Amino acid sequence: MQFLITVLLDGLIYASYLFIVSLGLTITFGVMKILNVAHGGFFAWGAYLASISIIYLGDNEYNSFLYYFAIFLSAIIVGLFFGYIIERFILRKMYNEDIHLIVLATFGLFWILEDLILHVFGVDPLMPYYPAMELGGIEVGGIFQGVYSLTLAGLAIIVAFICWYFLKKTKYGKVLQSVIFDREVSVSMGINVTKVYLITFIIGGMLGALGGAYIAPTISVSPGFAIDVVVMSFAVVVIGGMGSVPGALIGSLIVGLVRAFAVHQAPILELFIIYAIMAIVLIIKPEGLFAPPKPRKI
Amino acid sequence: MKLTNLKTLGKIAITGLIASVLPMSVNAKDTVKVGVVSFLTGPAAGPFGTPAKQGAEIVIDAINSGTMPAPYNTKGFAGATMNPIFSDESGGGTKQVGLFRDFVQKQNVDAMIGYISSGNCMAIGPVADEVKMLTIFSTCGTERLYEEKLRSHVFRTQGNAVGDSLAAAKYIADEYFKGKVSTSDKMYTGINQNYAWGQDSYKFFKLGMAQYVPSAVGSSKPQFPKLFSGQYGSEISALSLDKAKIVHTSFWNGDFEAFMLQALVRGFFQKKILVSSVGGSGVDSLGKKFPDGVIMGTRGNVGLVVRNNTTPLNKWFIDSYKKKYGAYPLGPSYQYARAVMLYKVGMDKAAKAAGKFPTQDQVIAAMKGVTFESFADTIEMKRGDGHQAVHSIAYGVTKYNKAKGEPGIEKIITYPASCIYPPAGAISQKWVESGMPGRKCN
Repeated sequence: MQFLITVLLDGLIYASYLFIVSLGLTITFGVMKILNVAHGGFFAWGAYLASISIIYLGDNEYNSFLYYFAIFLSAIIVGLFFGYIIERFILRKMYNEDIHLIVLATFGLFWILEDLILHVFGVDPLMPYYPAMELGGIEVGGIFQGVYSLTLAGLAIIVAFICWYFLKKTKYGKVLQSVIFDREVSVSMGINVTKVYLITFIIGGMLGALGGAYIAPTISVSPGFAIDVVVMSFAVVVIGGMGSVPGALIGSLIVGLVRAFAVHQAPILELFIIYAIMAIVLIIKPEGLFAPPKPRKI
Repeated sequence: MKLTNLKTLGKIAITGLIASVLPMSVNAKDTVKVGVVSFLTGPAAGPFGTPAKQGAEIVIDAINSGTMPAPYNTKGFAGATMNPIFSDESGGGTKQVGLFRDFVQKQNVDAMIGYISSGNCMAIGPVADEVKMLTIFSTCGTERLYEEKLRSHVFRTQGNAVGDSLAAAKYIADEYFKGKVSTSDKMYTGINQNYAWGQDSYKFFKLGMAQYVPSAVGSSKPQFPKLFSGQYGSEISALSLDKAKIVHTSFWNGDFEAFMLQALVRGFFQKKILVSSVGGSGVDSLGKKFPDGVIMGTRGNVGLVVRNNTTPLNKWFIDSYKKKYGAYPLGPSYQYARAVMLYKVGMDKAAKAAGKFPTQDQVIAAMKGVTFESFADTIEMKRGDGHQAVHSIAYGVTKYNKAKGEPGIEKIITYPASCIYPPAGAISQKWVESGMPGRKCN
């Protein structure tokens, strides 16, 4: 029983982390049909901005509540700033280009964002551990879990709920679904797709940055740490289905739980098993488990 | 064109050639151009690459100006000033081989110093021999570098990973198992990065434990997460559920800090004893949050374990480093400094023997098998046919120094090279498995 509870908790925590990061990636793809490799740059910038803010607040003994304010504010700033610049001045000029060129452009943007980090923040690792340390640990199923890490699951649930509510219950959500379904029809119905693209890209960037900002207090934030996260997020999105929000949720859960089980039972298979699942899904259902339906075009 | 004109042109060309070559050879005696390679970007830059570069800079500047303490107090390298060209080690072996060739063939360097990654050392080693470029590896740890093939132009001033792991096992036997320890406490496991360094480190730790503590039992599920994975929640849970009390790790860079942070909030160190072979940088990053009681090594007599060592050379290095960079030098700072010091020793010795500015072959001959003074011990180039260093290795237990307000270490035991490295010519694994014949620990 202790084993099962532990695997379940470990898997859920890791899945929550993956879900928040991959959600932005899959929304951007769903709406804009762009595989945004620069998503890792948003993740890294979110982590760095949150880190310096938290370290400043912690060193000067400000109220702990401000850590969380700093985390969300960092995500908003990074998403708005880089999201606007990248979409408005680079991607918008490329929408009619070959999709591979756009992927290459976002790949280049990822490295530019990474390099900017070196110039702005330097190479020294940042350790904004204050929130994680203050919340400490709690015994669940016989072993201690970090409370801060558990809050990640709460955040993922809130983000998933907001996302669901936004897409299903709001007018803008319906507009977004229309663009996801068919861009041309949406334009003919008078939807300002250009504006939808910009807002979507900014929201996607914010989610990527939120993943980095929230995880920062539990890691050593150093240059290049975002690369693996992007790769893992791609695995999640491929398993769940590119552009599918439920797919990102299910993909994250599958990867998180399977990885946790492997770490406990066969540590040497930890990475292999994730990509094995991805390969199996690609063979059986190449579009992913929950890929959104495509319109039939004549 | 008349023949006389051709002769005149020929004379001009030869004169020009001589004129262009002469200043170069004179300059070669005034300055030596050396490529210094360490991680300047990526996750290894902060805790490893940058302190390494800074350590090299301190020593190079001091030797160039003749201000380093004895026995390095003569000016320059065989009288020449070193002109270092710093380069980034990131990008993997293929990229580094390309950069290495560029240094040799386009920038015409006199020597190459550095390299932290074992993968990069394994890639560069054969190329250095092929292009006949004197190369001094400062940090990388794989024992395969010299056990697979002897190297003609490659030296390494850092002992290999075998010594780090065996010293860790010996420390546990000497310090932790001293007195009463129950059978369940004699179980051990590990969490190491899933590549050559991590796998080899744990392999030799296991082999060492089998020799020093035959009754100790290794876990069937040691953890090998991916390098730079950053998230260790599941691994920490798995280690917590494991009955093993001792946990070995050779984590370095941001991985070590992340693991410590995540383990700390989960009360991991109240139940387990962590043995870290190279986690010195994390002690400073976490400061007073770093837990007491971690068995810590620094891959030699460097960094955290020698902060209170008062040899003139060590005191000078710490003072100079703190003055310039506002922090203690870390293990990599020492390692790069030592590589520069070997170059000086070789250059000066060769120049003295030759009675003039030495050639590369003369420098290599002078460096081969040499013993030179380091900051807190001596380095003997006595393995790998005189190209591979052995040195003492110290381990201690972390204990925050409240009086000084800084991380500290206590219960330090220093193991001599003869105790933890195989004799010249022996293959490490076979030597350990056969009971480490000929080892001398006192």
